[in-house]
Amino acid sequence: MSEDILAGLAAIVNEVAGVPAEDVQLDKSFVDDLDVDSLSMVEVVMACEDKWGVKIPDSEVKNLKTVGDAVIYISAHV
Amino acid sequence: MTGMIKAPEGPKYARIMGVGCYRPSRVVTNEEICTRIDSTDEWIRERSGIVERRYAGENESVLDMASLAATQAIANAGIAPDQIGLVIVASITYPYLSPAAATQVAVRIGATGAAALDISSACAGFCYGISLASDSVRGGNTKYAVVIGADRLTDWFDHSDRTMAFLFADGSGAAVIGPSDVPAIGPTIWGSDGTQIDALGIAPSFLDQRRDPVNNVPMLYMQGQAVFRWAIGEMASAAQEALDAAGVTVDQLDAFIPHQANNRITDALIRALKIPDHVPVARDIVTMGNTSAASIPLAMSRMIDERQVQSGGTALIIGFGAGLAYAAQVIMLP
Repeated sequence: MSEDILAGLAAIVNEVAGVPAEDVQLDKSFVDDLDVDSLSMVEVVMACEDKWGVKIPDSEVKNLKTVGDAVIYISAHV
Repeated sequence: MTGMIKAPEGPKYARIMGVGCYRPSRVVTNEEICTRIDSTDEWIRERSGIVERRYAGENESVLDMASLAATQAIANAGIAPDQIGLVIVASITYPYLSPAAATQVAVRIGATGAAALDISSACAGFCYGISLASDSVRGGNTKYAVVIGADRLTDWFDHSDRTMAFLFADGSGAAVIGPSDVPAIGPTIWGSDGTQIDALGIAPSFLDQRRDPVNNVPMLYMQGQAVFRWAIGEMASAAQEALDAAGVTVDQLDAFIPHQANNRITDALIRALKIPDHVPVARDIVTMGNTSAASIPLAMSRMIDERQVQSGGTALIIGFGAGLAYAAQVIMLP
């Protein structure tokens, strides 16, 4: 399940921010490692909401610092 | 004996007859902005697309800018100022609550006696004005109207706030609306979401300021990510509805002129709407920043002046901002 979410998330980050999908790993920070800025992060979050039918409010977005944080959040709420 | 009321009768269609704009002369570069905030030219360009913007001169008021744009639009429409029967000013930065800015603009442009009102729909204001003016013409209550978006945002944000100081600027744009033989302004798709009052606005109130003039100065506030999320999520749907309601497909567009809020929002709307590469897209923000109600007529004027579009072409316009209010139409370019 988590692996599917990681793969889906990698595809989204690739499409939104142009980051190579293989670089999107659990321990990577969106901002520091993948150079996904706050506006791109909003687009990533909205694409995740569409793909998995989860709600990720703005108040939660700031807690999603790493790819792993996002995978855990989506897994728990999907 | 009860009298029979005679209802007004107007032309079947209305159109934009001419546009005009005013760009203040003072160019403010990202480098200058970065003397006041902790940022870089590269960061500003990446986050917004803005390279430079215009600031009004110290004594250059909302009324000054509004009147210059309106006068140009009236000249381009080929009518005389005294033929204007309705003046609408869209602005959130005119520093008087009463009387309306439009009453003063009417006098300055030579439309003395015209009906005059302001609308406070922020960045959606110009498209709201197009709707009201078009309906007034078609309803037979006025023959010619001028709609002006004019904002002097530099008075209303904290120039040391790194989330806003690079974004907002000053300017004005205007359009004359009059009768048309053919459909030239599609149905308006508009609305608001007042639950998002915390996302964007000006606060505290003038009454609060009166009680504590030092700490309660009304200023712009913005939750950028909340506005961005709403804009790229909801505005694509509104724009698509405006296209559908007008019976026009994206392939048939000759221009896409969204409110110049941020190039990243424009990029997201292009992707969501699947606007083809051959359709020119307004990017006036690059040299003008975000000028709120003025941005759409400013961008439209540039596209016409630079011959990116032709008279009679079809453009999708959409304004969105504080409220969160929005309005979209498909229009025929003058």
